Amino acid sequence: MVSIRYLGRKGILTAFLRSISTLPEDQRPAAGKNANILKTKLEKAIAQARSFMAANSMNQNMGIDVTLPGRRRGYGSTHPVTRVLDEICGIFMRLGFDIVEGPEVETDYYNFEALNIPKYHPARDMQDTFYVSDNIVLRTHTSPSQPRTMEKTDPPVRIVSAGKVFRCDSDLTHTPMFHQIEGLMVDENISFGDLKGVLTTFVHQFFDEHTALRFRPSYFPFTEPSAEVDIRCVMCKGTGCRVCSKTGWLEVLGSGMVHPAVFENVGYDTGKYTGFAFGVGIERMAMLKYGIDDIRKYFENDMRFLGQF
Amino acid sequence: MKVSLSWIKEYIQVDLAPDEIASKLTMAGLEVDAVENLYAYLDGIVVARVMDVKKHPQADKLTCCTVDTGRDEPVQIVCGAPNVRQGMLSACALPGAVLPNDLKIKKSKLRGEVSEGMLCSAAELMLDADAAGIMDIVGDYKPGTPLGQALDISDTVFEIDLTPNRPDCLSVMGVAREIGAFTRPGQKITKPDVTFPPQRISTQSIHDHARVEIKDPDLCPRYSAGLLFDVAVGPSPFWLCQRLESVGLTPINNVVDVTNFVMMETGQPLHAFDYDNLARGRIVVQKAGSSTSEFTTLDSKIHKLEPDMLMICDGHRPVALAGVMGGENSEISQGTTRVLIESACFNPVSIRRTAKRTGIATDASHRFERGVDPQGTVYAMQRAMTLIAEICDATIAKDIIDAYPLSAAPVRINLDTRALNVRLGTDFSTDEITDILASVEFGIQASNDGHMAVNVPSFRVDVVRPEDLSEEVARLWGYNQIQTTYPAVPAKGRPLNPVISARSAIRHIFTGLSFYEAINYNFISKDFCDHLLLSESDPRRNVVQIVNPLSDQMSVLRTSLIPGLLDNMRKNTSQQTDTLHLFEIGKRFFSTGEDTLPEESEIVAGLITGSRRHQTWYGKKQPLDFFDLKGVVEDLFDALGIAGAEYAAAGADTCPYFESGHGAQVTKDNTALGFLGKIAKPVLKHFGLKQDAYVFELDLAAVMGQMPRQIKALPLPRFPSISQDITLIVDHQVPVGDVFGQMKAIAGENELVEDMFLFDLFEGSPLAEGKKSLSFRIIYRSDVKTLTEKNIRKLHAGISSRLVEVFHADLPE
Repeated sequence: MVSIRYLGRKGILTAFLRSISTLPEDQRPAAGKNANILKTKLEKAIAQARSFMAANSMNQNMGIDVTLPGRRRGYGSTHPVTRVLDEICGIFMRLGFDIVEGPEVETDYYNFEALNIPKYHPARDMQDTFYVSDNIVLRTHTSPSQPRTMEKTDPPVRIVSAGKVFRCDSDLTHTPMFHQIEGLMVDENISFGDLKGVLTTFVHQFFDEHTALRFRPSYFPFTEPSAEVDIRCVMCKGTGCRVCSKTGWLEVLGSGMVHPAVFENVGYDTGKYTGFAFGVGIERMAMLKYGIDDIRKYFENDMRFLGQF
Repeated sequence: MKVSLSWIKEYIQVDLAPDEIASKLTMAGLEVDAVENLYAYLDGIVVARVMDVKKHPQADKLTCCTVDTGRDEPVQIVCGAPNVRQGMLSACALPGAVLPNDLKIKKSKLRGEVSEGMLCSAAELMLDADAAGIMDIVGDYKPGTPLGQALDISDTVFEIDLTPNRPDCLSVMGVAREIGAFTRPGQKITKPDVTFPPQRISTQSIHDHARVEIKDPDLCPRYSAGLLFDVAVGPSPFWLCQRLESVGLTPINNVVDVTNFVMMETGQPLHAFDYDNLARGRIVVQKAGSSTSEFTTLDSKIHKLEPDMLMICDGHRPVALAGVMGGENSEISQGTTRVLIESACFNPVSIRRTAKRTGIATDASHRFERGVDPQGTVYAMQRAMTLIAEICDATIAKDIIDAYPLSAAPVRINLDTRALNVRLGTDFSTDEITDILASVEFGIQASNDGHMAVNVPSFRVDVVRPEDLSEEVARLWGYNQIQTTYPAVPAKGRPLNPVISARSAIRHIFTGLSFYEAINYNFISKDFCDHLLLSESDPRRNVVQIVNPLSDQMSVLRTSLIPGLLDNMRKNTSQQTDTLHLFEIGKRFFSTGEDTLPEESEIVAGLITGSRRHQTWYGKKQPLDFFDLKGVVEDLFDALGIAGAEYAAAGADTCPYFESGHGAQVTKDNTALGFLGKIAKPVLKHFGLKQDAYVFELDLAAVMGQMPRQIKALPLPRFPSISQDITLIVDHQVPVGDVFGQMKAIAGENELVEDMFLFDLFEGSPLAEGKKSLSFRIIYRSDVKTLTEKNIRKLHAGISSRLVEVFHADLPE
């Protein structure tokens, strides 16, 4: 208002400045100078008043309500299985492993025979298999990536292979599809001690470096010696609870030194090379990491579940 | 596999606590799943003194006893036992105790008299067969002492989850042998003596009565047989029943129970035939052939025989499915008096095939499939015959038959200790290895400069190579005692598989677009093709079928990710989540023939449904539509660096599941990338959906083919741009994409055109019906000077007039 009244197009000062030309010539310079000084002062004062008012009006709650919810664009998330897969692949990539992939529908040869599990071997009972035909199966583990890789690559080999696997089994603790990561390292002089070292590093990176672990003899037809890896129960810290069936330990990995029959099947020199292999169940790792209590939740894709990640 | 500690102690001395034994077994590779106290039910049973016995006022056969159960005050217990007497010590179940027959003891009234517990017989407590009266405990025990403690009754059952490579431990002796290895190194198991008592041996020889002929030695390398006369078939003695029950077997009769007992003891399955039902006293081991087609096993089930199934036959007919189950026609019955015991060794594959095809799994087939000790048949048979002679008061025929046409050569392994140490990362000496292997009965023949000859005991059918010995050494030494090391490997790697990085990039883009990742099963309902309205000739009907699906709902491999996402939508909307943004990256499968691997291709799919925006303080709820979906696909391509994708209406033949006129195919440079559209109403209905759904499916490999190999940064413009607008009034049918196409064609000819976009679309009054007005803004820029309106006037007018000409457009007034 003040600004318009004095400085506007029809303002008093503007009018005066225009009227200077009508003054006697000797008065014009002084009048002009004074008028301009006045104009500068006025402008400065108005600017000051404006910023004062602006600041003041905030204090008087005339501004915005910052507590209103913002206009969100929304953000999604990847599946917990993907998150754990990525994390585990990342750990092994940092250790120098390459990532390979294989088909989800496999030949009986790569899924079983090449891994030292002939037809009618009792070890086939360890994995209930979905068959497409006599010779074609839904892969029961990610282990076919071992012979597939070794057929194409000479040692040294360092790979991990992740993906879906299938077992003809569905109950409270099993879904007919789940995810695994397979690992394989082959070179001269690779030992069971090395297997322990690499898997200890993995467990310490994935859980934390204080996680105790133990290696327990087991049996897989494609490794010799074979070992299950147990970690101290992450829920009860070893005192015994429902999750670890009161044992204080949780089985998280299967592993072992590659069986010479597997090397023979891919033409590796068993006298020169040794290696280890391991497999990890992703859903189980995710259950332990996130405290998920029911494996079936993974594939229902209920937003109340997915939204938590 | 269940095994009780008291049974183990028959063969080996062991002082370790049960939990310690369990953990040592587990760490030696015999994983103990459960440790159970066999007498847990004795909790709540105490020694009690009968202080006074009075007749029950209402019942002749009952007495009212005053009993000291160790508490401050004696209690009254009503008792029906004839042997109850004042002053005796007996066993008393206190209120709260549960007897083995599941009877729960509580304070009650028996015909008007209060009874606070129950005086028990030994049979009621499963401690003995004596059911005639209550326990009469001799000795000086304080009333109230727990019965188990007073009589020193305890036993533990270990439940072992045995791996298939250890059939030797499918026996109590085998487990005892393992325990011997870690309790007292060098301690061997003591096997029961099986010398036949002379007074039990008949003058008649088995050879006068029976003959064994093996026609297929490959399938039956060894068949031992023994014969017993004057067998009194009846119930087994208490100790035998108790042993069998402790490992989960049900007693049947004394002969069968002995064969089962010896199988559990030694791991060698036995079969008992009623000799008088064996025609001509003959045993012929041969394939079923084609003469017999059916066989009735002793569980009265009829099985179809196949010619290559191995059978035990008598002089006329099959009498057993070899190694799997005996026949009804020759089983032991109450009237049996002469028994032929079979103790054989069969080919594991043959047994497994027969078991699988007949659907029978028995304790015998389980052991034969895994491999029994070829040298163990005679001992097991003699053990059974000794026991039957004693228990069934039988006579043993002189001599035994031991047909052994295919003698198993002992396994000897040349072990290079250097290779063993490399494999394990250890430095065991020859002596250390010898000690470890000897603890489980391996024989070390010679050792010289790090090489040793190891004789494998015949029961260890799993050990055939030096690597198997490395496992023996490692597990018995302890995996956790082996030093942890780290491999030295060359710092050399391969480039990351581009599919993996593309997948990861796409996941992150979708996350930023507020999508959640779904993972669905690869197998879906066989009806999905019909539910998607696919035509009979649609390639997506070329599905891979699973021979043994869990259900019809999971019986074929998907050729589309849409059914899975629509199922997810149904589950979510039924849980009141009605706005969804889901994406999935996964494979689909096309059959390439019966016995070949299917074609696998990876799809990026997504589904949106519900509202673009919920009702908020700054705006009303807005339902999603096709262009929300298209925007997602455009954003994805933009983020992946793919420019210039083109969208054309998809025909009903390619996407019958889209609502007519609401589906699009996206291509780039004539390469199909995928489809997007609105799901048709009938499809929604098939999937039980009530609200509109929009889905896309993109082929990952095709999309990757369009991704730029590398990003090339361009210099920033040095001069400002100017923009000019064009408004055209065209027929409603003219696709905006075509107008853009023309404009881009012109732009391609002139480097001053930098960009263009549609900023307004208008239909309705005052425009004539069937007309729409399109307003475009074109951005012009030069890289050598600042453009003025004058510089581009001619160019802009040219574009405008070309569009007017091509699309028969009008310009607004």
